[in-house]
Amino acid sequence: MSAAFVTFDDVSLAYDESGNAIEDINLSIHEGEFVAFVGPSGCGKSTFMKLCTGLHAPTTGAIQVDGEPVAGPLKISGMAFQNANLLPWRTTLDNVLLPLEIVKPYRHQFRKRREEFVGWARKLLKTVGLEGYEDQYPWQLSGGMQQRASICRALIHQPRLLMLDEPFGALDAFTREELWCVLRDLWEAQRFTVVLVTHDLREAAFLADTVYIMSRRPGRVIERRQIELPRPRALETTYQKPFIDLVQELRAQIGEVRST
Amino acid sequence: MTKNSQLIERLAPWIAVVALVVIWEVAVRVFDVPSFIFPSALETAQALVTYAGPIAMHSWQTFWTTLIGFGIGVAVGLVLGFIVGSSRFLYNACYPLLVGFNAIPKVAFVPILVVWFGIGSVPAILTAFLICFFPIVVNVATGLATLEPEMEDVLRVLGARRMDVLLKVGLPRSLPYFFASLKVAITLAFVGTVVSETVASNQGIGYLMMSAGSQMRMGLVFAGLLVISAMAMVMYELFAVLEKRMTGWAHRGQNR
Repeated sequence: MSAAFVTFDDVSLAYDESGNAIEDINLSIHEGEFVAFVGPSGCGKSTFMKLCTGLHAPTTGAIQVDGEPVAGPLKISGMAFQNANLLPWRTTLDNVLLPLEIVKPYRHQFRKRREEFVGWARKLLKTVGLEGYEDQYPWQLSGGMQQRASICRALIHQPRLLMLDEPFGALDAFTREELWCVLRDLWEAQRFTVVLVTHDLREAAFLADTVYIMSRRPGRVIERRQIELPRPRALETTYQKPFIDLVQELRAQIGEVRST
Repeated sequence: MTKNSQLIERLAPWIAVVALVVIWEVAVRVFDVPSFIFPSALETAQALVTYAGPIAMHSWQTFWTTLIGFGIGVAVGLVLGFIVGSSRFLYNACYPLLVGFNAIPKVAFVPILVVWFGIGSVPAILTAFLICFFPIVVNVATGLATLEPEMEDVLRVLGARRMDVLLKVGLPRSLPYFFASLKVAITLAFVGTVVSETVASNQGIGYLMMSAGSQMRMGLVFAGLLVISAMAMVMYELFAVLEKRMTGWAHRGQNR
């Protein structure tokens, strides 16, 4: 196992006087690990993402990523949210290219290397099954397709850290399972580090190496659970007994959190 | 069947115009209104033809002063809207001021402008500008200020500066608001020009109507009214078409 890629040391964050949003977070994520955070709503999962990417500084404690203290937005990360947030005046291809127009060092090479970048984007769109939709506008795509494009946008600048905030939350069950597999394949191929925030225990158990369960506000990590299911995992796994037992155990733990 | 209903839908505005003219003509004749009070449609048309030359000259004057005033309004409105909308602080600071300024009747500025610039085209241009820039500022600023926070996060994490976010996302996003405001602004600009011309000019449709009115030539006054509204309508349509072309993505599904 490689050295820690992301470490949280006694991290707490309070947005205002009303108390901590998250409290006493201690954890370490190694490079290439797939981590999922589950917990009741309002438990500070999104806050965790903001801390991790440097969009927000912690009130107390220290966060290190790749051996360096986080001090400002972390350009090695890509983000995707529940809402695909694609820009309606750009085609799917141009939406995916957007980060390259902004992140260094690509932003200064964008004109010169456009052809090459377009190649990257097309390839990425193809791997998520959006071949042939590059020149469509986002509003011409279905919700699932928009979310695929959104994940491509998060990955185009080859980030080492992918942050996903309930990315499949608004999709129907079938589309969601399809996209689990898309994400699984992308991760198997490139092995970036993923932090996935979700409400869906099956999603967390199916995709992640490690599941963290968080308590209600103020959010603390109350359980760290290693998922030992062999990889690569097939979708069928999720309908088999060991997986179902695992999800039920997680469910019981969440139930305890909610009732206390 | 559908073809017919489509045709009727297209002709609807023209039918409405014809109906209005007919009602106008009939009403004036039936109630026997003297023409120095309210001229009939026919008399107005006669005035239009008889005075075609002077009307054309004065409308041209009104037209170009309006366009210049409007042009300045668009430039200032865009820049001011961009500045005000780009920061929360400025938005909160400037908004009440702008609203206060907008509440002043722009006619009240005309005497001041006359003192500063004399009578003629300059006060007309400035009045048109003053009256039309406000909706542009408000719309551009609102478009910028209502950016989705998540979209901002996506870009900020990439190291985007505030200016990147504004140029890549904020500005294109506020374009539909901007074009919508142009339609309002151009008609307001005509109001500004004509108001100023009636008070402080010896050219333009406003002046023409004023002097015709003082001679009780109501046919000519109404002809002036018609010309102004025709010009405003044409410009409005022009910007409506421009809006559709430039920001088709914002009107998706409406014309499919």
